[in-house]
Amino acid sequence: MSELTLERGLAAFRAEIDAPIAAFFSSCVHCGICAQSCPFYLETGDPKYTPVLKLEPLRRVWEAEFTLWGRIKRILGLEQKVTDAMLAEWEELLYDSCSMCGRCSMVCPVGNDLAYMIRKTREGMVQSGHAPEGLINASIRAITTGSPMGLQWKTLAVQIKHVESSSGLVVPVDKVGAEYLVLLSSMEVINFPEYLEAITRIFDHAGVTWTLSTQCFEATNAGIQIGNKDIAAQLVERVVAAAEALQVPKVISPECGHAFTAIRWEGPNLIGRRYPFRVFHIVEVLEELRASGRLKTEGKETDRLSMHDPCNLARKSGVIQPQRNLMDLVAENFVDLDEHGKYQWCCGAGGGVSSNERAEPLKMAAFKRKKAQIEKVEPERMVTMCATCRTQLEEGLETFNMDIPVVGLTEMIADHLVEKTPAKDDTRA
Amino acid sequence: MNSAMDFLLWTKGPMFDIAMVIFAVGLLARLVEIFMLGRATNYAEPRATEWLPGFRTVLTRSVPDPGTFQRAPFNVLVGWIWHIGFLVALLLFVPHVELVKGVLGISWPALPNPVVDVFTAVTLFSLVATLVHRLTHPVKRHISTVEDYLVWTVVFLVVLTGYLAYHRLVNPYPLALGMHILCAEIFLIILPFTKLTHIFTTFIARWYNGAAFGRKGVQS
Amino acid sequence: MATPIPEKTLGERLRDHGLSRRGFLKLCAATASMMALPASMVPRIAAALEQARRPSVIWLSFQECTGCTESLTRSHAPTLEDLILKMVSLDYHHTLQAAAGEAAEEARLQAMEANAGEYLVIVDGSIPGPDANPGFSTVAGQSNYDILMETVEHAAAVIAVGTCAAFGGLPQARPNPTGAMSVMDLVKDKPVINVSGCPPVPMVITGVLAHYLTFGRLPDLDAYGRPMAFFGQSIHDRCYRRPFYDKGLFAESFDDQGAKEGWCLYRLGCKGPTTYNACATMKWNGGTSWPIESGHPCLGCSEPSFWDGGGFYEPVSVPLTANAGTLLTAGAVGAVVGGGSAALAKHGVKKADAERQPVTIDELEQTQ
Repeated sequence: MSELTLERGLAAFRAEIDAPIAAFFSSCVHCGICAQSCPFYLETGDPKYTPVLKLEPLRRVWEAEFTLWGRIKRILGLEQKVTDAMLAEWEELLYDSCSMCGRCSMVCPVGNDLAYMIRKTREGMVQSGHAPEGLINASIRAITTGSPMGLQWKTLAVQIKHVESSSGLVVPVDKVGAEYLVLLSSMEVINFPEYLEAITRIFDHAGVTWTLSTQCFEATNAGIQIGNKDIAAQLVERVVAAAEALQVPKVISPECGHAFTAIRWEGPNLIGRRYPFRVFHIVEVLEELRASGRLKTEGKETDRLSMHDPCNLARKSGVIQPQRNLMDLVAENFVDLDEHGKYQWCCGAGGGVSSNERAEPLKMAAFKRKKAQIEKVEPERMVTMCATCRTQLEEGLETFNMDIPVVGLTEMIADHLVEKTPAKDDTRA
Repeated sequence: MNSAMDFLLWTKGPMFDIAMVIFAVGLLARLVEIFMLGRATNYAEPRATEWLPGFRTVLTRSVPDPGTFQRAPFNVLVGWIWHIGFLVALLLFVPHVELVKGVLGISWPALPNPVVDVFTAVTLFSLVATLVHRLTHPVKRHISTVEDYLVWTVVFLVVLTGYLAYHRLVNPYPLALGMHILCAEIFLIILPFTKLTHIFTTFIARWYNGAAFGRKGVQS
Repeated sequence: MATPIPEKTLGERLRDHGLSRRGFLKLCAATASMMALPASMVPRIAAALEQARRPSVIWLSFQECTGCTESLTRSHAPTLEDLILKMVSLDYHHTLQAAAGEAAEEARLQAMEANAGEYLVIVDGSIPGPDANPGFSTVAGQSNYDILMETVEHAAAVIAVGTCAAFGGLPQARPNPTGAMSVMDLVKDKPVINVSGCPPVPMVITGVLAHYLTFGRLPDLDAYGRPMAFFGQSIHDRCYRRPFYDKGLFAESFDDQGAKEGWCLYRLGCKGPTTYNACATMKWNGGTSWPIESGHPCLGCSEPSFWDGGGFYEPVSVPLTANAGTLLTAGAVGAVVGGGSAALAKHGVKKADAERQPVTIDELEQTQ
């Protein structure tokens, strides 16, 4: 039976190296500015968490095999080898202390896209058997059960029933030819069931045709977090198969950061072809409905609200203004955190950190950066649009005894919809 | 025998040729090594084109975002000062302009010597400051390698010997000038094989960064 | 012209030639200032010169153009010209001596014998070295090398006059067909003073002699064996156009406004920064002018290898041989080398990709 080995890991590093990576490693001058953008370094003060240092295994393979000088060094026996022991040591640096938030990629003076390289380095870590247990388990569950949390359709079916009875609307399932296929994240289904009801009501209100798929409801992708293309591609293929089966032209990624990155940006490359459909984050869809006047709202939230931009949505996907337009629609006392949008700070839980139980202390340490930002603005509630961020914010704020509830943007929009007078006439069968 | 002048002529003659050849071979090899790797086809539907955001990042990345400036003001300021000082001395000092003109046949206006002198002096001080920073800042100390100190030494010596030669503080002058030229040659020789390649590759790195983010609708 | 051991002192001889006491002291003061000695040294110089006996001088001319002698004879201080002819006993000099043929050579041998251990040898011109064809340059059928070695054997000191004798000069310029060498390359066991320049400033020659007569020893020398008093500072440091360099005002062609304004000639190839000589202070032709004052960059003629030290009109900072062609060729080679290296690397990437084993759930489970 085959097994994960150092050789496979090294081959994976090798296979991941491309022109940008060669340019990045050629350019690093060890200025250390990346550390000043990393919540894991800033909140622990431990220089081993300097982002560029986390890439040392990949850098060594690049130097030895992709540069003239490296080849000469190798012949002279001066090569710095990547060993199993080294990778074991680097596992914590690459997984526990990195949420792939990409903030370092935004500030590196020489332009290194460090998050891009972390993602690729993880490929070698998985192939060499150095991925954290929590992410391995999530990956195995995602492949075997369809959900990283082991959630089954039957659980979701119960949710659907609840939503239908409380909203008096029908949640469309396996409806061929709908405009949108709606995907969910397991964490949302379990922790934030209000999301499903919110979109049910919003889409009914706006007259959007949509559907869930029994074939695939899960949008998250443990393969992206652990950093393995094979697992990631299998999970993406499930989404593509479901969308193709239902012949939808558009797929909606839920309030989840990495799921959007996975389906929107990495997915087509994982399966090696273009999609026959387009992918949107729910916030983008809501913004489009708002812009075209299909969202009729009434009343506004009056308390002081601030917002956390999920890294994957804002910095890494360019969705920054839509959520602010939507906030303006329903909130009159909205104030941004100091550094937001593409310069926002990670909550600390992304990139698989939240699925990696042993990283809990680091995850909470990194949250302190967000906490400081929130303390400065002193909002009464926080709004966000990613279930992982939301869970982390809730846990973190509770840990530090800060009484600031966290709400999802979609629910907040749903709360302000103008009630239709003939409530049920519009519902489609 | 006639050591100092022979030394100067050696640095201006054969050694300069050797340094220039190693530099050109090494740099072109490095650039080809980078570009030939290419990038995999990206099948994801782009939000925007890559070219313009790429070039924009090439320019804008020279100036940090306000938050980074607040968190690393020393890095940013001293980094700026010595890079500018070094570039002014390198590109706008009359003898250097004449050198480029002599080798490549292209030239541009230069600055008066006293102005370049001030820039050089400031650069020397800033370089010392960067070394102190590297030795004392926990992150920089932790990530620094032998190469970092080697490159610092070479860069510092290039500027220092230039300053000494200009002020004729070492006698005989041909020795001072020869030392400066030799240091510059060592700089050229190690450039393609050390982090000094960033002088050229940073623009490629920034472009790739800007292009990747730009494609996704973010100006990085 | 060969003289027996001089009986009279220098002072006596000068007075015989009509030099007044006042004129003699003026000469001493001029010598002191020329050698950058304090005025307080004038009486000592006077006393020394007064008592000095004329030393015997043998002047050897090898691979040279007689420019050094021409310079000497046009010395702009006639009293000094007098001095050179009267304060020393010039016992052998091709151009200036009356004797010819065997009589001339006899004079040299006589002087050597009569003044063994005390005579001075002045050399102008370079010498084909011991490994070169001795026929390249001969005098009376004897090779330059043999004459030099024979003559210096019992000399007190050797003065190499002119850049050819001091550093090899023009004959030694690449490809050096005659295997030309300088005096100091060949004479290792005698003091050698280099009075370089093409030609040297005449007063420097007389100054060195005056110093020798005054103090009975050779002057302080720089790293190139040149008297510090005359070669201690560079042309650049004493140049009256230096302020323009410091301000960054340069002539860029021989007829531009800068040239007319008398700005610095650095960009026109002036070698003043690397050249050590007294031209800027002593000037030429009776203090009339000197090259830079007349609008021409310094050629650096008093420095070693000045013929091979880059084009006369190329600035000091321009490399000697490097050019865009070398750079382009090297770049092209680099591109090929890099191409090979990258092809290897790419092959590695493709192989790693082709042989890639997909990660399976089973494999992941094993690592737990």
